[in-house]
Amino acid sequence: MTATAENRAAAVAPADPMVPRPFRIVRRQRELSDTFTMELTAEDGQPFDFRPGQFNMLYAFGAGVSAISISGEKSSGRLLHTVRAVGTVTDRLQALRKGDVVGLRGPFGRPWPVDRARRRDVLIIAGGIGLAPLRPAIHHVLANRGDYGRVLILYGARTPDDILFPKDLKAWRSRFDVFVDVTVDRAAPGWAGKIGVVPDLIERAAFSAEDATAMVCGPEVMMLFTVRALLRAGMAEEDVYVSMERNMKCAVGFCGHCQFGGRFVCKDGPVFAYTDIAHHMTVREL
Amino acid sequence: MVEIDGLSKLLKEHPFFADWSDDYRDLLAGCAANHRFDANDYIAREGQPADKFFLVRHGTVVLEYPVPGREPVLLETLHEGGVFGWSWMIAPYRWAFDARATELVRAVSMDATCLRGKCDADHTLGYELFRQFIPIMARRLEATRLRLLDVYGSTR
Ligand SMILES: Cc1cc2nc3c(=O)[nH]c(=O)nc-3n(C[C@H](O)[C@H](O)[C@H](O)COP(=O)(O)OP(=O)(O)OC[C@H]3O[C@@H](n4cnc5c(N)ncnc54)[C@H](O)[C@@H]3O)c2cc1C
Ligand code: FES
Repeated sequence: MTATAENRAAAVAPADPMVPRPFRIVRRQRELSDTFTMELTAEDGQPFDFRPGQFNMLYAFGAGVSAISISGEKSSGRLLHTVRAVGTVTDRLQALRKGDVVGLRGPFGRPWPVDRARRRDVLIIAGGIGLAPLRPAIHHVLANRGDYGRVLILYGARTPDDILFPKDLKAWRSRFDVFVDVTVDRAAPGWAGKIGVVPDLIERAAFSAEDATAMVCGPEVMMLFTVRALLRAGMAEEDVYVSMERNMKCAVGFCGHCQFGGRFVCKDGPVFAYTDIAHHMTVREL
Repeated sequence: MVEIDGLSKLLKEHPFFADWSDDYRDLLAGCAANHRFDANDYIAREGQPADKFFLVRHGTVVLEYPVPGREPVLLETLHEGGVFGWSWMIAPYRWAFDARATELVRAVSMDATCLRGKCDADHTLGYELFRQFIPIMARRLEATRLRLLDVYGSTR
């Protein structure tokens, strides 16, 4: 997508962005001990358009609202959200079952630069639940595989049991036109895969640093170490994109909750070129 | 001589020595030996004399720490292009962990006594060798710190 098209996509939002629409949970899948995916359909039957990397505000009625990235879409138009239960709202979302209704506002935010990355090598680098916001970008790149150079998916998790979307990773790995590498921080004897951190994977990956776009999502510290490894490998700051998380309320740039330096994560992000936020990412207490 | 030429070529193919001058590489090839390990072979044992370091050419090596009466703790894995075993540089020159092949591993070892002799005779060579090792050690330390931070762990 060109910069203008990306801006346009960022501007896509329902008529009244503050009014949640009811969505029904048509399927719910446990991913990890604390992580699950909800498959949602709009009660009003209206189509829902989004770009990879965008997020929705999900309401667990009676508990509150959380920003949750769209983690995929079924051909039937069903939206996927993958949630890690970490507190009040996400715990309540976890307790919901098939047939229950949530409120949804969105989509919001700037997407991954899947159009700008065309004709270049693409590095999709995720840590932990960070694979969820990147999955739509992976789907997009693979659906348009001929438009890209080498495609690398590098993923790190805490232990082998914490690897998100193992079936997807296996399917991507089985393709000859994608390089997939997975590592874990720690493992018990018997694990035949890699033990180490994501920056180690970058050192061993084959890509053309001056002609590549990297999309990175994971805990902030993991992203910082990853960006350092990418820069060490010769990539330019403007070719590295990261997805930031800040507490959100309005998601449309009104309330200031998500302020990050001079920017708002909800409307200027969550996806940022590292050049634009490098300074703020290394400042404490932002 | 033929063997040294072959080892010098193997060193050139490995990222650790890829950018070295032919002269130094040929000189160090005199300290090198080619190895093949099968799955589950121990390449080094914790506490044993660290008389060499290894360049991995193929396969996976797991570094693990033996815990009496329990399963070993897996520390990290190394792969093609990896280097392990800097205990040869640091007194008392003993391995700090076990190194085990998890599959067929091809590696080149560099003999420590031979290396020390050559570095003592040519300090520039010693400096180059240390200069090559230090960034690798720094990155390994950085990776260890990142894992200590347990970034994927629960927030509660
Ligand atoms: C753009 C964006 C996209 C996101 N996408 C996803 C997603 O796809 N899946 C998912 O599970 N989560 C996602 N999050 C994080 C999610 O919004 C928070 O985990 C959630 O709001 C926590 O709310 P809670 O009431 O459950 O927890 P709380 O009770 O509010 O907090 C519990 C703990 O989580 C921490 N926390 C709260 N909010 C955040 C946050 N935004 N970032 C980091 N830590 C936080 C708190 O400091 C506290 O330690 C995203 C956040 C943003 C900003
Ligand atoms: S959440 Fe209100 S300004 Fe971003």
